[in-house]
Amino acid sequence: MLDDTDRRILRQLLADPALATSDLAERAGVTQATCWRRLERLAESGVIQARQAVVDWRALGYGVEVSLRFTLDKTNPRAFDEFLSAARDVPEVVGIETFLGRVDVRLTIIARDMQHYQGIYRESILTLPHISDIEALMLIATIKDSAGLPL
Amino acid sequence: MIDLDDLDRAFLRDLSRDGTLSAGELGRRHGLSQPAAWRRVKRMEDAGILNGQRVLVDRAALGFGVTVFLGIKLATKGRVSLEDFERAVTAIPEVQVVQHVLGLFDYRLRVVARDIADFERVLRRRIMTLPGVGQVEANVLLTEEARPGPLG
Repeated sequence: MLDDTDRRILRQLLADPALATSDLAERAGVTQATCWRRLERLAESGVIQARQAVVDWRALGYGVEVSLRFTLDKTNPRAFDEFLSAARDVPEVVGIETFLGRVDVRLTIIARDMQHYQGIYRESILTLPHISDIEALMLIATIKDSAGLPL
Repeated sequence: MIDLDDLDRAFLRDLSRDGTLSAGELGRRHGLSQPAAWRRVKRMEDAGILNGQRVLVDRAALGFGVTVFLGIKLATKGRVSLEDFERAVTAIPEVQVVQHVLGLFDYRLRVVARDIADFERVLRRRIMTLPGVGQVEANVLLTEEARPGPLG
């Protein structure tokens, strides 16, 4: 079970994931040794699942990000599986989410520019199976992006 | 913008799976010395391609069983209302992500809550009371998957 110390460490870690353990310990008000031990335990118990590097696609020349929201043709029982499996084969898809609601699946697509996006949309997206409707939201700006939890 | 070769892309693939890999380990995997591997990582950090880390946690184990994406359309638009809305929405602790978008909605929010009842509380007390908020659409997240992207 988590105690207040775990929660303090997690809150600080989620707020600033790049912190060195010594800084994290200081902000959470624990010794460095305690911080290490707690982090190990949180990772072993699966509370912390992974620490991953963030790749900035804009810095790699992918200036366009579009969120495509799909409604699938659910009369086919294999619609979700086949759609998701085909979407995984599109390299410009950087994220896949499934939902309960009006939208079934959302794909995050990146492209170098609008012309590149148009090509991906026509050749790789519209050809995905079992689509019944698509809506696009184009990203203008990310105002907040945090993994923080109100712990 | 800098050019990447196949090794750089392999590094990015490895690091976007496990950001804790040391330069020594990356070098061993791809047949480079530790200093050579370190130089490549450093170069991609300096170019802003490697941009910090993210921590993935088991939200349900921490008591946050529900993640909801909200599409929000503002009722009134204008520079002032956008700024007011953005200032107020980013201050809500349950709101993890705020994106300004173009299309059916003006903003996309990612909201975490303990359960559906807690989500309803956040929606009514915090979201619906935001300045200028109009139509709101909610979709409850079932699964999410990060893909490696076009790293060859």
